[in-house]
Amino acid sequence: MSAVMITRKVRKWEKLPGKNTFCCDGRVMMARQKGVFYLTLFLIIGTCSLFFAFECPYLAVHLSPAIPVFAALLFLFVMAMLLRTSFSDPGVLPRALPEEATFIEMEIEAANGNVPAGQRPPPRIRNVQINNQIVKLKYCYTCKIFRPPRASHCSICDNCVDRFDHHCPWVGNCVGKRNYRYFYLFTLSLSLLTIYIFTFDIVHVVMREYPVSHLCSQKEQTGFTVLEVLVCFFTLWSVVGLTGFHTYLISLNQTTNEDIKGSWSGKNRVQNPYSHKNIIKNCCEVLCGPTYPSAFVYVKLLIPAGLSSVALTASASFQHAVLCLQKTTAPLIPNEHTPDDAKPSIAASAEKSPSPKEELPPASKLPPLASPETDAETSIAKDKTH
Amino acid sequence: MRHSASLANKVFIQRDYSEGTTCKFQTKFPSELESRIERTLFEDTVKTLNNYYAEAEKIGGQSYLEGCLACATAYLIFLCMETRYEKVLKKIAKYIQEQNEKIYAPRGLLITDPIERGMRVIEISIYEDRGSSGSSSGSSSVSGSTAR
Repeated sequence: MSAVMITRKVRKWEKLPGKNTFCCDGRVMMARQKGVFYLTLFLIIGTCSLFFAFECPYLAVHLSPAIPVFAALLFLFVMAMLLRTSFSDPGVLPRALPEEATFIEMEIEAANGNVPAGQRPPPRIRNVQINNQIVKLKYCYTCKIFRPPRASHCSICDNCVDRFDHHCPWVGNCVGKRNYRYFYLFTLSLSLLTIYIFTFDIVHVVMREYPVSHLCSQKEQTGFTVLEVLVCFFTLWSVVGLTGFHTYLISLNQTTNEDIKGSWSGKNRVQNPYSHKNIIKNCCEVLCGPTYPSAFVYVKLLIPAGLSSVALTASASFQHAVLCLQKTTAPLIPNEHTPDDAKPSIAASAEKSPSPKEELPPASKLPPLASPETDAETSIAKDKTH
Repeated sequence: MRHSASLANKVFIQRDYSEGTTCKFQTKFPSELESRIERTLFEDTVKTLNNYYAEAEKIGGQSYLEGCLACATAYLIFLCMETRYEKVLKKIAKYIQEQNEKIYAPRGLLITDPIERGMRVIEISIYEDRGSSGSSSGSSSVSGSTAR
């Protein structure tokens, strides 16, 4: 048997119970409400189109051709950052599968002990120590996990997001660990673009009013210029303000969520345990840190198909059975479920697990050593090697 | 001869947040695995995984260079280039597969790559060989495992 490497996408996003929409085979992940995002696109593209159509020819001739070139580069950068922010997975945490949910429940019950009937059980909190600071991890009843530090549940997208900053309707997505730097660069570059267009609109108007060159013809209509100036003026205040706010947050290594809740405001001697106490280091970590992988849009290399027969040793049949069992545990994983459905499914899976009736499938089917919920495609792809 | 294995239980190795939000898993040996695998083997696996993740998340000269270069190209370079993290994840996947084949599968255990669980836990599935007679370890249902 020859070893054949099979590469395929694990389609986790198909089973995500949150309120997200996916496109392009899972590469694009956005929130459901996209109306404001389309408005953002319209404003940016519309204003820039007017600028390129009406101002740039004049300015290129009378001032410098570098002006539209730089504007175009800036515009492309803004669009790239916007699309990157909007389309990427912000760092959604996958919900706990039934076994994990049960495991956590049992740990909680053991920690709480016996609660007398009629009394409310204590809140589900886990304390961890981070850099000599006690941080409380809260339990998420929807995702059935203890949220990692800095994670929060977005009610709009119905997902827990790691390093949750905020849900931004203007980009149509949550802003979290994976796309925060793109969001920041988007606001920064949009500020620059707005200031740039605003400045050159004013220059254009001034040059039209007071022509300095004999090449200038009579005064032409500046109606569109006025429109652009208006859009830029109102955008300036909000976007530049937002950029300034996020620059402040980055220098302190805080998220908008933490800032709003006042988590590290200094009350009760609570300090931010994530800050390096150095502005440069904080900025570098947020902007130049590693690019975290998505738990959903991830391409894996599967094991070589022939390897199972080579690698198994003495108890070959047992190991083969272990490998084959990956597919049989699939029924334990719910596809789409509400939090209410999860409880009966946990009980059902608990009863189901000790007594599955599956036996060794024929040797031709060699499922991967991946988790149970990979697609049915896997086994079909594997069959091709025999 | 036909044998079959059934899933008896699952153990979840939690994250260790003592050094911050960098990806690190606890090396505490779970009681459910006591009869299944030697402590040192388990600890070695988790420590190696922790080292891999530390390597992926290291913030230093190379990550700055990668970040600045990517920013200069409006992150379009990632359409053709693999990020450092992705390279390390591939190494991790290979390592886990190797560990499963050499160490864990012969003992009726299976490690799931943490990326599949959003880097929250390392899931270790405990299988029971139904083909062998008289096996009683882990034969109870999921609800039977004792919490700590």
